[in-house]
Amino acid sequence: MRLKYADNVIFRNYLKDQAKNMEQIALTIDNKKLTVEKGVTILQAARTIGIEIPTLCYFNLGDLQIENKPGGCRICVVEIEGRKNLAPACVTECATGMVVHTHNIRVLNARRTVLELILSDHPFDCLVCSKSGECELQSLAQKFGIREIHYQGEKSVYRKDTSPAIIRDIDKCIMCRRCEMMCNDFQTCGVLSAINRGFQSVVAPAFEMNLDHSTCTYCGQCVSVCPTGALTEQDHTRSVLNALADPTKTVVVQTAPAVRAALGEAFGLPAGSLVTGKMVAALRQLGFDYVFDTDFAADLTIMEEGSELLDRLTRHLKGDPHVKLPILTSCCPGWVNFFEHHFPEMIDIPSTAKSPQQMFGAVAKTYLADKIGLKRKDLVVVSIMPCLAKKYECTREEFSSDGNPDVDYALSTRELANLIKQANIGFTSLEDENFDDPMGESSGAAVIFGTTGGVIEAAVRTAYELHTGKELPKLDFEELRGLEFVRSATVDFDGLPIRIGIAHGLGNARKLLEEIKAGRSRYHAIEIMACPGGCIGGGGQPYTHGDINILKARQKAIYEEDKRKPLRKSHENPSIQRLYEEFLGTPLGEMSHHLLHTHYFDKTGEVIISE
Amino acid sequence: MIRIGSMAALEDIRKQLLQEQQTKQQENQVVVKVALATCGIASGARDILQFFSAELEKRNIEAAVLQTGCMGYCYAEPTVEVCRRGQEPVIFGYVDEKRADDIIENYIKKGVMVDGLIPKNFSTACHCEHEPQAVPEKSKQIRIALRNCGVIDPASIEDYILHDGYHALADVLNRMTPEEAIEEVIASGLKGRGGGGFLTGQKWKLTRQSQSAQKYVVCNADEGDPGAFMDRSILEGDPHSVIEAMAICAYCIGAGQGLVYIRAEYPLAIDRLLHAIGQAREAGLLGSHILGTDFHFDISLRYGAGAFVCGEETALIHSMEGHRGEPTVKPPFPSEAGYLGKPTNVNNVETFACIPLIFRLGAAWFNTIGTANSKGTKVFALAGKINKVGLVEVPMGTTLRDVIFDIGGGIQHDKQFKAVQTGGPSGGCLTAKHLDTPIDYENLTKAGSMMGSGGMIVMDEDDCMVSVAKYYLDFTVEESCGKCSPCRIGNKRLHEILEKITRGEGSMDDLNKLRNLAHVVKETSLCGLGQSSPNPVLSTMENFWEEYLEHVSDKKCRAGVCKAMMKYFILEEHCVGCMACARNCPVNAISGEKKMPHTIDQSICIKCGVCFEKCKFNAIEIR
Amino acid sequence: MSHIKIQLKEAQVNQLKEVCRSFDNDPGELINVLHKAQGIFGYLPAEVQEVVARELQLPVAKVYGVVTFYSFFTMQPKGLHPISICMGTACYVRGAEKVLDEFRRILNINVGESTADGKFSISCLRCVGACGLAPVVTIGEKVYGRVSPDGVKDILREYEF
Repeated sequence: MRLKYADNVIFRNYLKDQAKNMEQIALTIDNKKLTVEKGVTILQAARTIGIEIPTLCYFNLGDLQIENKPGGCRICVVEIEGRKNLAPACVTECATGMVVHTHNIRVLNARRTVLELILSDHPFDCLVCSKSGECELQSLAQKFGIREIHYQGEKSVYRKDTSPAIIRDIDKCIMCRRCEMMCNDFQTCGVLSAINRGFQSVVAPAFEMNLDHSTCTYCGQCVSVCPTGALTEQDHTRSVLNALADPTKTVVVQTAPAVRAALGEAFGLPAGSLVTGKMVAALRQLGFDYVFDTDFAADLTIMEEGSELLDRLTRHLKGDPHVKLPILTSCCPGWVNFFEHHFPEMIDIPSTAKSPQQMFGAVAKTYLADKIGLKRKDLVVVSIMPCLAKKYECTREEFSSDGNPDVDYALSTRELANLIKQANIGFTSLEDENFDDPMGESSGAAVIFGTTGGVIEAAVRTAYELHTGKELPKLDFEELRGLEFVRSATVDFDGLPIRIGIAHGLGNARKLLEEIKAGRSRYHAIEIMACPGGCIGGGGQPYTHGDINILKARQKAIYEEDKRKPLRKSHENPSIQRLYEEFLGTPLGEMSHHLLHTHYFDKTGEVIISE
Repeated sequence: MIRIGSMAALEDIRKQLLQEQQTKQQENQVVVKVALATCGIASGARDILQFFSAELEKRNIEAAVLQTGCMGYCYAEPTVEVCRRGQEPVIFGYVDEKRADDIIENYIKKGVMVDGLIPKNFSTACHCEHEPQAVPEKSKQIRIALRNCGVIDPASIEDYILHDGYHALADVLNRMTPEEAIEEVIASGLKGRGGGGFLTGQKWKLTRQSQSAQKYVVCNADEGDPGAFMDRSILEGDPHSVIEAMAICAYCIGAGQGLVYIRAEYPLAIDRLLHAIGQAREAGLLGSHILGTDFHFDISLRYGAGAFVCGEETALIHSMEGHRGEPTVKPPFPSEAGYLGKPTNVNNVETFACIPLIFRLGAAWFNTIGTANSKGTKVFALAGKINKVGLVEVPMGTTLRDVIFDIGGGIQHDKQFKAVQTGGPSGGCLTAKHLDTPIDYENLTKAGSMMGSGGMIVMDEDDCMVSVAKYYLDFTVEESCGKCSPCRIGNKRLHEILEKITRGEGSMDDLNKLRNLAHVVKETSLCGLGQSSPNPVLSTMENFWEEYLEHVSDKKCRAGVCKAMMKYFILEEHCVGCMACARNCPVNAISGEKKMPHTIDQSICIKCGVCFEKCKFNAIEIR
Repeated sequence: MSHIKIQLKEAQVNQLKEVCRSFDNDPGELINVLHKAQGIFGYLPAEVQEVVARELQLPVAKVYGVVTFYSFFTMQPKGLHPISICMGTACYVRGAEKVLDEFRRILNINVGESTADGKFSISCLRCVGACGLAPVVTIGEKVYGRVSPDGVKDILREYEF
């Protein structure tokens, strides 16, 4: 199924852009005079003079231009002199001579009444809601000092939907439409839509079917932006605690690259704090028998994926007409779900390399189990992921052996933070500790998997040296970095120009896929990440509440960690070299093929109509 | 119809048609026109038309039996106009086969008047040679938008041309620049008849000023107000006038494509409109090189699917694009970015229907009708507890009293007038004290209601105003799109409070909440629907406060509508024990021996009122 | 992999595809397509929406969002003789509610439901614009004006109730 972009939306944006010339507008807000550029909204203008008008449905990821402002919640209403009705500050553009009041009694009464109305149609289970403390509705109620709901009445009640990754409890939906925007405009998955009308209206999949019957990719961006507890992740913390308490089980944990750049936020540390050592210490205190690093598996991924790239490239250069190029990365499970659902005709293009999470699981339950003398069933593999699609990925049938999954549980960064808090571990005062061997050593190339552009940069570092036999003169590929949605660069492989494409966000990925489909793609290799910014902005990360600076800080931290590492190329990781020597043989060899590669499915028919 | 290649050709054709008509008039002894709009057809008008055709032929009377649109006398359907050669036409109502036979035998054959005559109560503004009365003499009703309804055969483009049709378009195309034409519309003072009341010419001007190669003209025929049927009648009775006006508008704003957004619930209007569009295309009045000029324009239809909010122009546009009909914040206005993001001018049916005559008789003429700020006429669908339900078109400034008591014939069954609701779910209820208020945009708004699209529902002493407010809120709750929270949840809560009050469980506190919430919903909602949905509550609270008080403090509904507060009792002294009530009670709540006074078991009684209706001895009392 | 459980006959699917093609498979024509589809099937079951979504290249959630927004569209099959009671204001003040109650009582079904034999269904609609005849009831294409609760039985008898 292909989405056509709504031309009118594009056109309206174009018109808006056109209107945004440098014309200056003078106005008054709360008796303060100010001048802003034409096109600036009252909300933005007020911020420039330190007035923070409360909002609820409004969402804006800064320069990423992911914006949601349907003007629906009406919390941000303000009084504009001369207008009969109150106006929503988030969508009302400043006009010359406007006199705005953001907190007179009329405005305050209206806001409070509207908030009470929203609360009157919302469950009161805050104490046990997984969004408690992070809920934007809750914090508004607190801010407004709501102690009583004057307008009580019928509440909307819907069926709860529990999928492997995401839980929908849409009794808590306040129709802010952020998830709908993310799912349709940004990710172009089209799973969620506003349905019904009036009091019954809510955002849901078609026929109110369960998410696991839909074309949902589990990217989790709906969860990331949901202001309330209507969309949350499937919680596996109790299962993990039980495994840790089980004397018959040995529990190993792996931590994804992007986790260490965000976990600190949950403990009050500034965004961008690297907490790798503290995280390892905390996991050890929690009782994990081995604390390993997904970064190790990321290096392994580069060995396989890089070799595959070189293999395809060589065959292509030799004139093999059957070789598929560009090669697409395959470590992002949301992205894998996306092309399985939406581009089934292209399932032979992405690399067959498993994601680092699954490579880790496959190796842990064979190589490691042997090494430490355990049976597969006695080993529990837990992963800490910035991602919700990973929860689904580890349940895929092909990633298990005789019903025993390679990875047993995938926890999100948020769930890990929660576990640490539950176990009353003083996270910020922990001494740094190191990962265990033999699956804890990693290179800087692996760390940058956590941000958009990182996987392909890591692959280039290795592929270049393997292909040319020369050492890279410079390891930092600035041209592959940044937050621009679609980026491209040409890397000189000693006379052979390799054209690289990068996209993050599935809607942006779609553009590159359409090019390939139309035979217009000029790339040799493309990296795709489902989430804005890559894994640093994953669906399982601490909530950013629309603060783009948090994403930027996380990205900066990732590159810092890379710089700090003594090893910065995957193929130079001694643990990886040892793994091939002792166990796997060669990249793309028989054992590697068996353990580290996978295949994809056409899932277009997999839409089941609910009864 | 042959293709009309120029303005001169149009004139020739009209002359030719006129001649043909005169010849026919000489030949025919009588012309019978049967009103075949939805109301008429539902009342059996098709059979009556058949009957006249067959019987007049059988009885050897040279006659033309024609169909026409709504004549406006909805209360008396089927209605038939009979014109004997050389005489003024007369209209008969409630025509069944018996009366039709009577009309043929006595009136047509002998000129003897029969029962059922409806006196004509309006004059028509037109620019026809055979009816040269340009400015009608003082009359309670002046028909401008409805000028051809009930006059012409809506299925005949010839008949429309004969009645001056497409001449305004020809005038504009040949003699005016778009700017001049827009100035004319501005000068006429015509305001949007869909409810908003924005100056039509100004809207055209804004759309003209928007730069774009592609622009659209949209006719809003999504008549959603319950109890309003002006637009349906115009489209059923005179579809070409809307087509002609849309073409004029397209020329003015620079559009090549027109769309009519029409309710799917109006199959007959859709049929007639499609038929008319086909005829206009064939005649070269739609399509390329219209009337031999370089002007190209065509019209297609988009169907509504039952959403009141789509009357709001941004919602309407989204609906036409195939989306949920949710409104968006303005600006941008449709005149800047409307259908498919292109500049779009949206006017409603009645507004368009006024346009051709404004060009034929001039803005200055239009200006002579109406009040200082509201020019021209307004069509109202007069309905409810009134004797003469029907379509009326009165000059702006006419009083409610004139409309209700003079034209509408007063209240049914000689009951007491209580209120009149204008503006539909967005409007309010006006009372006896407003009866002498001249109707125009400003006065209605000042009185707490609004012009709206023209529904006018009359209520009598048997209507409970709290229940009426609840009825409208019920409508809004159902029709709210759900996008903004005050409308989605606020209206629901308003409705719940009203329910509580009508159940007899309301308190003074509830009245305070009702008022506060109504104000907040009004001033914080996103679109016109939510911004006006509390009007029925606020206006009834303003004008019928004592009824609200009675409901909450005395637990009494004076109109006897709120069943929860009512109890039925049998008066011993009146009851003769005839058992009629007991036999008819659907829940067997009444017991008693024959010829002995009966009693009602209050715990079983469902207050259906059957006993009250069946009792012949006035022995049932409602308390 | 399980595939869509399409319970439509192939001929019906083709008919639907033909409807979509007649609108150039333009997603902007979704509402017109749904009107036609409902004309063919009498209602819009999930399978029909699936096919329409695929043909117009729209997410099925969006199609469902549109279907559930507009009251004209229904996912419930209607009775052989669909009864609609006008609840417009004119009809309301002239007793439409009592007429509705009588239909519900006699047929023993609620608004939005069909009788067990599939013969009748009841729905409410907002103003057919025949206010002069209030209260108004339509059964199929036929319009009944000035209906009183007492007249309900007679009307139903016309349909061999």
